Amino acid sequence: MSTATEHAEHTEHEQHGLTDGGYIKVAIILAIITALEVSTYYVDFGPFFMPSLMIMMVAKFIIVVSYFMHLKFDSKLFSFMFYAGLVLALGCYFAALATFQFFS
Amino acid sequence: MADTAVHEAHDAGHGAHVTSTGLSNNKLAMWLFLGSECLLFGGLISTYMLYRGRVANGPHPNQIYDIPFTSVSSFVLLMSSLTMVLAVSAAQRRNDQQTNLWLLVTALLGSTFVGGQVYEFTAFYREGLGFTTSLFSSSFYTLTGFHGVHVTVGVIMLLVTRSIIQKKRVTGDKAESVEIVGLYWHFVDVVWIIIFTLVYLIPA
Amino acid sequence: MAIIERPSTELEAANTPSVVVPSTTLGNLRRPVQSTGWKSWLFTVDHKKIGIMYGVFAMFFFIVGGVEALLIRLQLAAPDGKVLSADMYNQMFTMHATTMVFLFAMPMAAAFANYFLPLQIGARDVAFPRMNALGLWFLVVGGLVLNAAWFLGGAADGGWFMYAPNSGPVFSPSNGVDFWTLGLQIAGLGSLIGSINLIVTVLNMRAPGMTMMKLPVFTWMILVVQFLLVFSLPVITVALVLLMFQRSFGATFFDVAQGADPLLWQHLFWIFGHPEVYVLILPAFGIISEVLPTFSRKPLFGYPFVVFSGAAIGFVGFGVWAHHMFASGLGPVSVAVFSVATMAIAIPTGVKIFNWTLTMWGGKIWFTSAMKFAIGLVVLFTIGGLSGVTHSVAPSDTQQTDTYYIVAHFHYVLFGGMVFGLFSGFYYWWPKMFGKMLNERLGSWNFWLMFIGMNMTFGPMHILGLQGQPRRMYVWTEARAGEGFFNLGFWNLIASIGSFVLALGVLIFLVNVVQTTRKGKQAPLDPWDARTLEWITTSPPKEHNFDRIPTVHHLDEFFHRKYVEDEATHTMKAIATGEEIVRNEEANAESHIHLPSASYWPLLLAIGVGVLGLGVLYGVPVMVVGAAVVLLSSFGWVMEPSVAEDTDYDPPTGGTSKELASHG
Repeated sequence: MSTATEHAEHTEHEQHGLTDGGYIKVAIILAIITALEVSTYYVDFGPFFMPSLMIMMVAKFIIVVSYFMHLKFDSKLFSFMFYAGLVLALGCYFAALATFQFFS
Repeated sequence: MADTAVHEAHDAGHGAHVTSTGLSNNKLAMWLFLGSECLLFGGLISTYMLYRGRVANGPHPNQIYDIPFTSVSSFVLLMSSLTMVLAVSAAQRRNDQQTNLWLLVTALLGSTFVGGQVYEFTAFYREGLGFTTSLFSSSFYTLTGFHGVHVTVGVIMLLVTRSIIQKKRVTGDKAESVEIVGLYWHFVDVVWIIIFTLVYLIPA
Repeated sequence: MAIIERPSTELEAANTPSVVVPSTTLGNLRRPVQSTGWKSWLFTVDHKKIGIMYGVFAMFFFIVGGVEALLIRLQLAAPDGKVLSADMYNQMFTMHATTMVFLFAMPMAAAFANYFLPLQIGARDVAFPRMNALGLWFLVVGGLVLNAAWFLGGAADGGWFMYAPNSGPVFSPSNGVDFWTLGLQIAGLGSLIGSINLIVTVLNMRAPGMTMMKLPVFTWMILVVQFLLVFSLPVITVALVLLMFQRSFGATFFDVAQGADPLLWQHLFWIFGHPEVYVLILPAFGIISEVLPTFSRKPLFGYPFVVFSGAAIGFVGFGVWAHHMFASGLGPVSVAVFSVATMAIAIPTGVKIFNWTLTMWGGKIWFTSAMKFAIGLVVLFTIGGLSGVTHSVAPSDTQQTDTYYIVAHFHYVLFGGMVFGLFSGFYYWWPKMFGKMLNERLGSWNFWLMFIGMNMTFGPMHILGLQGQPRRMYVWTEARAGEGFFNLGFWNLIASIGSFVLALGVLIFLVNVVQTTRKGKQAPLDPWDARTLEWITTSPPKEHNFDRIPTVHHLDEFFHRKYVEDEATHTMKAIATGEEIVRNEEANAESHIHLPSASYWPLLLAIGVGVLGLGVLYGVPVMVVGAAVVLLSSFGWVMEPSVAEDTDYDPPTGGTSKELASHG
């Protein structure tokens, strides 16, 4: 799969999201990331354990939200609604956990 | 003026009515709801993270989780997001048969996930992890239980949507209804993406 | 949302019931079609009727909560009070606060929002009319569950903030707290769906030309409130669920012996609880932002600043919750952070006070009752805000917390602020809602008695608090009361007398309402020479609100249709009266008006959820029945068709059938 064709496919269908083929590609990427996540159970990542798990979790989250939930291609208002909730949740709960000395 | 716009919207079918932002009422409502759900699951996840190491009785998280098993059920749920998106795509192409097929597959995958959860819970219970055993156990079951209920409601919504399409009793914009059920479904999947990492993969 | 439309019945004789042959749902159940009588209220989806029902509900519980308060004040009027036992006292202050916050203040704001928000944006109803009804019935069911506890073993007694583990099964063994958690969860659900509904309504159903920066300030404040609710309600839901699981299923979330941390409850509660206080005050701010300009005959000063400061208050409101926890052992870093954030939030509030004051400055003030209450809010809220600023200073708050000084603060902002704002709204909008003017003389008595009573009741509490009288203390004795000017007994007596003066003021309002209903003056369409769209309607508005959806060109559109600026003299010249404008709209009425139709399902679904919830307390069989009703009602709701069959409706006089204007 050349990146050029992928790119063309993506831009061609920007307005309406991806083609079915595109969605399958995204699913494969998600599956690969999941496999990597699970591999942390078997392989010792050393100091990279936490950072890589966090990055992979966030990457999967963003991919599903942007592509499967179509947020990338939709009105910014939807993004605002959703990310406002997410940011508030992260902010308040991180702060609360911090007062419990959770991060020290 | 306003009258003709209303006329056009009416001719276009009852699903498409004119809104000030040009966005669908139902879709806007669902995104707002999902925004609020971030705070619901955030609270349950935070409670779990705070209490996961507090094991006055019973097994410790590291002793009880079966990562291979949970990995498989996580993968199942992830793939159900793919089939969901294929259902939405089919609905947008006005292909009822394909839509219904993918909706059914998604519901089956989701039910498999819930089945896996039930199996996991009963296994844990037999190994000594009851609901009230420890703070860890209460938080674990509450968080994953809430998620499981959300998945179950999603499965019901998928099946009901499918049967409404099948019986040709759809009210409003059919593709949009499938899309909105899809949004809910993906969100439930996304919550699990977070739970899988924070609860299972990161040892307490 | 699938709904049924029917032609507006008001285009014919107002009192002729529709002659209809409704289609059936689920094979047997016919849709409700009554347009008069109690059924037309029970199954309505009309935002105006729903608004009035919210208002009646709220007023009833204002009196209930007020009686609870008077009992508290009677108990504390004299030393060694015998009016209430300690246990009863705990129930009383818990239910007083819970009732006032959740069953009076929020519903009364919902009443105004439901009634006037669609009118102010030029819409015919909200985005999801049946969801709107559902929100109301959730509130009613929740309120019933909350208060059923009085008759079923004792009401909740852990304080309205219900700190755990004190509210857990060991220290609060009666069922009161269970009814409390259940009732609030149900009522909270109602608020959540209501908030989603109103946000979509404001964003999507504005009249042509009404940009966001032409929205009336009341609508803006309600919009901010809905965002606060959408994001804060889930957090208290988590807290309530954890408490319920502990009490009903033996979970150990707040069991310290098992390793639990009581602060978890406090964080979860206050992450909701602080935005909640802005939920309470912003609607009142919105109301007076309409009233003050109208009765100063001047536009609101600094509209963009008032709007943005409202949004800022909403946003920053999520960042200050731990100022309720300064004395809980958070540690100096957390305390410092939240202290600074709390100071910051005083700024946008101060901006509003400036803008309201400058609105009045140089205006031609008309001292109607509505105006008096509005000015009262500005004065009293400022006093409450000042004591609030003293709380933000953490070392000073450490002395104030859990004393009557705090009680004084929040009653000044809530009573002097919120309640006065609501009463301003009553007097301002009564003519529009009911077609009659509330009596101004009684209104004056109402205002002054409430103003004097309020200050008499809550003013002394500053002294009581700083002299060390703790909150939630069921009795005081002579021996500990101190001497001279600061004798606690003296000020407690003054406060108690003040509370009865306050009650008298409220009574006068009720007398005013009854008298006005019986023989009130007919209200003109535009009695106050007002500025916003809701006045371009009859009094009360027709069922379909506007004969013609207005096209908006200005902020304060209605004002600009009545007045233009004379180029020569730069004064405003009247070009039309309110009456003329409404008649003109009637003459150009739209020929196609459709309205969402009544439905059984919201009421049934709410009852089902109530029964399902009670099953947590009364056992699985009850839960099963509740779940069945919920499933059935959901199914019926979803299956209710959105397109009415032509054969469904025969307009009474065989008139023209009307087409869709707006629906969800």
